[in-house]
Amino acid sequence: MSLRVKQKLRDGVIQGLIYLTVLLVSLIFFWLLFDLVHGGAAHLSWEFLTESPTDAGRAGGIASILVSTVLILLVAMVASVPLAWSTAVLLAELVPAESTFGRIVRFSLYVLAGVPSIVFGLFGHAFFSIYLELGFSILSGGLTLACMLLPILTSTAEAGLRAVPDTYRLSAAALGLSRTAALTHLILPAAAPTLAAGLLIGIGRALAETAALLFTSGYVDRMPGSLLDSGRALALHIFDLSMNVPGGDSPAYASSLVLVSLLLCINILSMKLAYGLQRKKIMT
Amino acid sequence: MNDDPNAFTLGPLEAGPPCCEPQPVIQVRNLSLRYNTQAALDNVSLDIFKGCITALIGPSGCGKTSFLSAINRMTDLIPGCSIDGRILVDSQNIHHPQCDVQALRRRIGMVFQKPTPFPLSIRRNIALPLNEHGITQKTEVAAITETVLRDVGLWNEVCDRLDVSALSLSGGQQQRLCIARALALNPEILLMDEPCSALDPMASGIVEDLICSLQGRYTIVIVTHNLAQARRIANYAAFFWVRGHAGHLVEFGRCRHIFESPRDELTAAYVNGARG
Ligand SMILES: Nc1ncnc2c1ncn2[C@@H]1O[C@H](COP(=O)(O)OP(=O)(O)OP(=O)(O)O)[C@@H](O)[C@H]1O
Ligand SMILES: [Mg+2]
Repeated sequence: MSLRVKQKLRDGVIQGLIYLTVLLVSLIFFWLLFDLVHGGAAHLSWEFLTESPTDAGRAGGIASILVSTVLILLVAMVASVPLAWSTAVLLAELVPAESTFGRIVRFSLYVLAGVPSIVFGLFGHAFFSIYLELGFSILSGGLTLACMLLPILTSTAEAGLRAVPDTYRLSAAALGLSRTAALTHLILPAAAPTLAAGLLIGIGRALAETAALLFTSGYVDRMPGSLLDSGRALALHIFDLSMNVPGGDSPAYASSLVLVSLLLCINILSMKLAYGLQRKKIMT
Repeated sequence: MNDDPNAFTLGPLEAGPPCCEPQPVIQVRNLSLRYNTQAALDNVSLDIFKGCITALIGPSGCGKTSFLSAINRMTDLIPGCSIDGRILVDSQNIHHPQCDVQALRRRIGMVFQKPTPFPLSIRRNIALPLNEHGITQKTEVAAITETVLRDVGLWNEVCDRLDVSALSLSGGQQQRLCIARALALNPEILLMDEPCSALDPMASGIVEDLICSLQGRYTIVIVTHNLAQARRIANYAAFFWVRGHAGHLVEFGRCRHIFESPRDELTAAYVNGARG
């Protein structure tokens, strides 16, 4: 066999393998989607979204679950976003990249990012629920989620701030602008798409979280009256329906369909943002 | 080197413009500059005279940009950069703890080698620094904007689209916008780092005319690789050269002397195009 033919053959085999894996990956995704739609679409209706669950979730809808989920999410975001973004500003703008302080903070975030969510759940239970006496409550669950989201929010925001060209900082300084002015008028707006993308990733994580909420926000599926009430998150509802409730399969499927649709929307949104950011970079 | 900063680096006779007494506004004395351990400038002493154009010439990497950044303390922002020696602006040591860096940088404007417009509208590019320095009245800001854009010959090109992004301008227009932005703050001194290097000959000519028209009103220090341009516009010229990795000031004097009767062989070779 001539060298040329050999090379052609090798190229062909490798290309074929790559196509095969791509096909496999998309197949898994579509199979999952198909399974969800197949199992849940029949159960899905407007009433399902607007009624509260009865009979342990076998009947009724998921209205109270959705409300609890949104409340937990809100608490988590309100608590974590300001902290995460100010930490990112500190790391990216105020301390030199190689400083010991920056390294320690970055290392802690790294470790925190790798901690399994069930550990966050246990920590949240011990600290927020028991030590701070918040009990099983939306507040306790939201704050636990906030701890879990800190590393991802901080590192995406820091990366976004670092991606802002130094020339903005230098020319702002050369014009006698204060650091605060440069930050608020130039750097934060320029980093806004990445900050938003990071926010969406965080929201996606929080929506999908089960283990961290198990011992913190609890199981109660009633409509929550306040942040100190226990509230069941959507992912937890699915877990409970499929594990503990015989005959809860079709509502579990329908709930999963809702959750996955939400996650899909959020992912598409964050991809759009990231793409917009990239295009803007190419343009400048 | 003489320790009295009030002594000229040139003899007063040579320093003097023919008509009047030269007044040094910037006095650099024994300036050494290092990036981490690497020396970039070694023992440079130089006077910049009021209302005059001083050209810094020399081969790439001889520390011209570093010298400029030291004057408005942009070197503070470069990690690992350290400075030895004194820089006096109007007899005030700029490294004195009580020196207000923001005010200093307002007095000493800077134009970078590459255009650095902010990702804002053309109008906002000029208004933002004005607002930050306390000029917030809309009519005043608008008036200043028009004046400086006319100064740089950009007004007719952009007057009907002041609200589009400055990034949509061409490179040459961006550079002129940056010059306008620096002029808007009404600085006393203007540092320009190869302002024409990114421009076509036409735009370069406009900027050159602009610089000439600013002579007398502003004190200008300009880095340029274009020796013909330096010769056309400058009153004084400083020639830098790398010796053992660090930049040295080889010769400083009236532009005509540097180009026509340099004292140093190296200068003669460089300005005649034999070296560098
Ligand atoms: N931020 C920096 N960190 C480390 N070294 C630097 C930095 N900036 C410049 N240098 C070094 O300092 C020396 C002088 O650089 P400088 O930029 O002042 O030269 P220049 O005369 O402006 O050159 P050019 O004409 O190419 O612009 C060079 O050897 C360069 O490698
Ligand atoms: Mg340079």
